[in-house]
Amino acid sequence: MIWVVAALLFWAGAWWLNAWLAGSNMAATRAVKLAVPVIFGVTILVVWEALVRGLQVPGVILPPPTVIGAKFAASLAILWEDFVQTFMKGALTGFIIGCGAAVGTAIAIDRSPFLQRGLLPVGNFIAALPIIGTAPILVMWFGFDWQSKAAVVVVMVFFPMLVNTVQGLASSEVMQRDLMKTYSASYWQTLFKLRLPAAMPFIFNGLKISTTLALIGAIVAEFFGSPIRGMGFRISTEVGRLGLDMVWAEITVAAIAGSAFYGTVALIEKGVTFWHPSQRS
Amino acid sequence: MKSLVPILTVVAAIMVLWYGAAVWMNSQWTLDQAARAGTEPSFSFIVADTMAQDRPKLPAPHQVISELYDTVIDKKITSKRSLVFHAWITLSATLLGFVFGTFAGILLAVGIVHNRAMDMSVMPWAIASQTIPILAIAPMIIVVMNSMGIQGLVPKAFISAYLSFFPVVVGMVKGLRSPGAMQLDLMRTYHASQPETFWKLRLPASMPYLFTSLKVGIAASLVGAIVGELPTGAVRGLGARMLSGSYYGQTIQIWSALIMAAVLAASLVAIVGIIQRITLKRMGLAQ
Repeated sequence: MIWVVAALLFWAGAWWLNAWLAGSNMAATRAVKLAVPVIFGVTILVVWEALVRGLQVPGVILPPPTVIGAKFAASLAILWEDFVQTFMKGALTGFIIGCGAAVGTAIAIDRSPFLQRGLLPVGNFIAALPIIGTAPILVMWFGFDWQSKAAVVVVMVFFPMLVNTVQGLASSEVMQRDLMKTYSASYWQTLFKLRLPAAMPFIFNGLKISTTLALIGAIVAEFFGSPIRGMGFRISTEVGRLGLDMVWAEITVAAIAGSAFYGTVALIEKGVTFWHPSQRS
Repeated sequence: MKSLVPILTVVAAIMVLWYGAAVWMNSQWTLDQAARAGTEPSFSFIVADTMAQDRPKLPAPHQVISELYDTVIDKKITSKRSLVFHAWITLSATLLGFVFGTFAGILLAVGIVHNRAMDMSVMPWAIASQTIPILAIAPMIIVVMNSMGIQGLVPKAFISAYLSFFPVVVGMVKGLRSPGAMQLDLMRTYHASQPETFWKLRLPASMPYLFTSLKVGIAASLVGAIVGELPTGAVRGLGARMLSGSYYGQTIQIWSALIMAAVLAASLVAIVGIIQRITLKRMGLAQ
């Protein structure tokens, strides 16, 4: 009982602190902007811990954060192995192949308006489909190891990336293209000096969408068969053994990997598209 | 209309590629069979055989279509072998989850727009959560709810709701904030209360944003429901069809479930699109 009361008190206190911080005249400063969400996150962890202990929720339903943290620290070797298998081999390989192929295809079809008009609606249609359903088929074709996961990722990221790149290549203005023509620039010069740089904001938008898709694809594809390592494999087997602390530890890894991947792409974007209005502050 | 010919050309090209790939990928099996029987198959025999295997590596389009016809039209829809039955199981979880996720998302967005503390504490997490592969927790939700005695529709709907929740929150916050300072000032000169500003200005202004996120949300809901059917080894639903197909090597069954899921996704997004067009037109917001 004391835990539950403590949880409620802590919640109320943190809420009051956040409300005060948000209402104070320091609310616009960087430190407060960072502090408020951190306080909120810590509050959730503390309340979670206290409620699980206070209401004596069994560990097979929801383990408290401290237990998850201990499990995380104790099984770093396994987590790292799974991370390498799923992220480095599966997701990253697929991401690079898929995005590369999509950009290549976009440049190829860019020269033919006929293909563009035909491929874009089809690509848009396919991008909205539950492509994750191709996972069992690809696992059958490419075997259980990371190659099949990479293949799922390739299929998942290809169409969003294609649609974005084609849009981006069309985004340079007539005036600018005319200028290139007056310079008597060749097709490739125009492509590399004007149209690809102009397409970068769109390409990075596609890349950012693809980071999340890549991780999801690699993890879910492992539910359909995998060697005895990998994040998706570990999640599905540990769930079966009711080892929920390990499942949460894997989810923590997935969350960290996902946001770090997205963050890296966003950082590169900042460097590449420094000229774009959305990057100027 | 102008793009109809190019689209058909592309679709036709995909069909041709598909048939070509089917011959190429399935021929290995035919050749093995022939080698075992000690015969030398002719080219036309190989092609004919690759079109009609029981468990092809890549089923030809007409095999998938005939399986679809068989399981959608020929079987009674109450039968466990009918694909309509399985699609309905998945669809009901999708819709239930989508409705709940959307409502919860809109409520949270309203809270975020009106409460500064909530905005500053929740919003960064809502945005960050979109970079996290949320789908990974699907198996856990199913098993945990199962151990609490909740089975069937609700756990899947829960995953669907969870997946459609965040896109709606982010889109709706953007939408509710979309009225400019001028418009808000005008409401103030009318002496409008906060609820009045909300119902008469913010909510109508947010509609285009809401519909954009609804389209993302309903597609995510369907994926959630399908993945939610995997871990229990569930016997019903499109995800279960795919899983059992992959266990028993029934490739035609996987492909037909996949096509069914695709049709479902496309029609759900299209329905939201139609509602969007009608609503925005009546509100005078459509271009």
